[in-house]
Amino acid sequence: MNIVIASGKGGTGKTLVSTNLAAVLDEKQQVRLLDCDVEAPNVDIFMNSLVESESPVNLLVPAIDHQKCNLCNQCGQVCEFNAISVFGKQVLVFPELCHACGGCTIACPENAITEREHATGIVKSGKSGSIKVVSGLLTIGEAKSPPVINAVKEHIDNNAINIIDSPPGTACPAVEAMRDADYIILVAEDSPFGFNDLKLAVKVVKKLNIPFGIVLNKSDTNYPDVKNYAYENDIPIHIKIPLDRTIAELYSKGELLIHTIPAFKLSFLKLFEQIENRLKS
Amino acid sequence: MKEIIIISGKGGTGKTSVTGAFASLISNAVLADADVDAPDLFLLLNPSNQKIYSFSGGKTAEIDKSLCTECGRCQEVCRFNAITSDFAVDPLACEGCGVCVWNCPSDAINFKERINGEWYQSSSKQGLTFIHAQLEPGEENSGKLVTLVRNEAKKVCEESDCSLILTDGPPGTGCPVIASLGGADIALVVTEPTLSAIHDMKRVLELVKHFGVYPLVVINKYDINYELSGKIYNFCQENGIKIAGKIPYHTDILSAQKAGKSIIEYGNKQLTDIYKSIWDSVLKSLNYSN
Repeated sequence: MNIVIASGKGGTGKTLVSTNLAAVLDEKQQVRLLDCDVEAPNVDIFMNSLVESESPVNLLVPAIDHQKCNLCNQCGQVCEFNAISVFGKQVLVFPELCHACGGCTIACPENAITEREHATGIVKSGKSGSIKVVSGLLTIGEAKSPPVINAVKEHIDNNAINIIDSPPGTACPAVEAMRDADYIILVAEDSPFGFNDLKLAVKVVKKLNIPFGIVLNKSDTNYPDVKNYAYENDIPIHIKIPLDRTIAELYSKGELLIHTIPAFKLSFLKLFEQIENRLKS
Repeated sequence: MKEIIIISGKGGTGKTSVTGAFASLISNAVLADADVDAPDLFLLLNPSNQKIYSFSGGKTAEIDKSLCTECGRCQEVCRFNAITSDFAVDPLACEGCGVCVWNCPSDAINFKERINGEWYQSSSKQGLTFIHAQLEPGEENSGKLVTLVRNEAKKVCEESDCSLILTDGPPGTGCPVIASLGGADIALVVTEPTLSAIHDMKRVLELVKHFGVYPLVVINKYDINYELSGKIYNFCQENGIKIAGKIPYHTDILSAQKAGKSIIEYGNKQLTDIYKSIWDSVLKSLNYSN
């Protein structure tokens, strides 16, 4: 089963939910925790995982055989991303703009273009207790996170519960993380910013047509908007995490809530039970 | 003309609250929101006189069923698994590369401009021009929309008698952040004394350095973990990065947001003084940034 933890707004508590959920389930099931927030990955901080292996993530970018190239610029004409073009007497490639679509290699009439690997990130895999933890890391200066996200998702184990920590936002990286989910947990902050971004995230999840529910963080009884919206739109709020300075302090140290405040163990078990029930019905 | 961009690496450290507070302290600047897929600054600026423009950041393929012979060439050449088994294009998977379009032997695939969002020019409640945008949820090319927002802000700033652009940035280190940084004068990194925020701050500071932008750091909620705040100080000192100031944990910051106000407008005197001193420090650095 693939459960993706997502949010529109950043810093609403995605990693808090994914790490605590993974840890609480570990006592009962086989769990994998996949950190797809490859621009700002933080799962390892909370899991203290021992990294066992690291592998590079490579994108295929064009490599030019200058002997064969006759500077016809067919490649430049088909490239939608301005990643390759003839300038004067040479053809130039801009790997950071390349989307690795392979179009130029097909278009070149002289067969002068092959592909070479361009490193865009790494995937680290390791263990925290019996939980397998896999994290992606986008190299600084690289723009495109989806290939690294996909490389992390290759570690999905169909026999395990895969908990996938998504990047924030509602653009292509978040979509890449959410795709193939059986269930999506949207972690929302109980605030106007949180509410605005929750509505945007719901639009994405609805386009993907995946069942979903809310975990409400920094829950505030005096702010009804998110709760009313969820009720009116028939979206379940699975659990609420209160606005509490103690939680912020625990989080700052990289500690799991369930280890310090036992009541949260029950909350996260309840969260999983509700997801299972929703998927059954 | 100078541009200050507020970023963080990790999301939710307080970029927008800080930008909103600064917006209440300045009288002549253009404001911009470059967090185009989850923009929230408008909630504090309450913009009016909004002009709406559509944004197209690329194209998308569309199969004409009446011409398609289901030969399978498009599926063979598409690297993004965007052609379904029944020969339709999955718009969320389509990268807009066009390879299927010109490889189709029956010319059955159209390549259409794709509307991926909107951008707006409006007036903030302080009377400042505000350029912002909304990427259609689930779309690509947020980097292009960020570039558009920044270019429009520059245009307005040049045309009016303005010397400063204040831009609320996106989280992360990827394409929208890269699009936010090039050519900016100061990158103000808002961080928190949490292990996660520090980890992500270091990553984004590397990116800032890569682009040769002058870095500044603000520590938000510095009092939730003094030890880690100390570590941020040490890290910045070792790397020659100036700390523009520190903000305490205070429930008024969230209460102000719930009232649709910046912390300055909300009227907390202690916090207002803190933000004023941070803003002064940013302005001083602006003179040294080039």
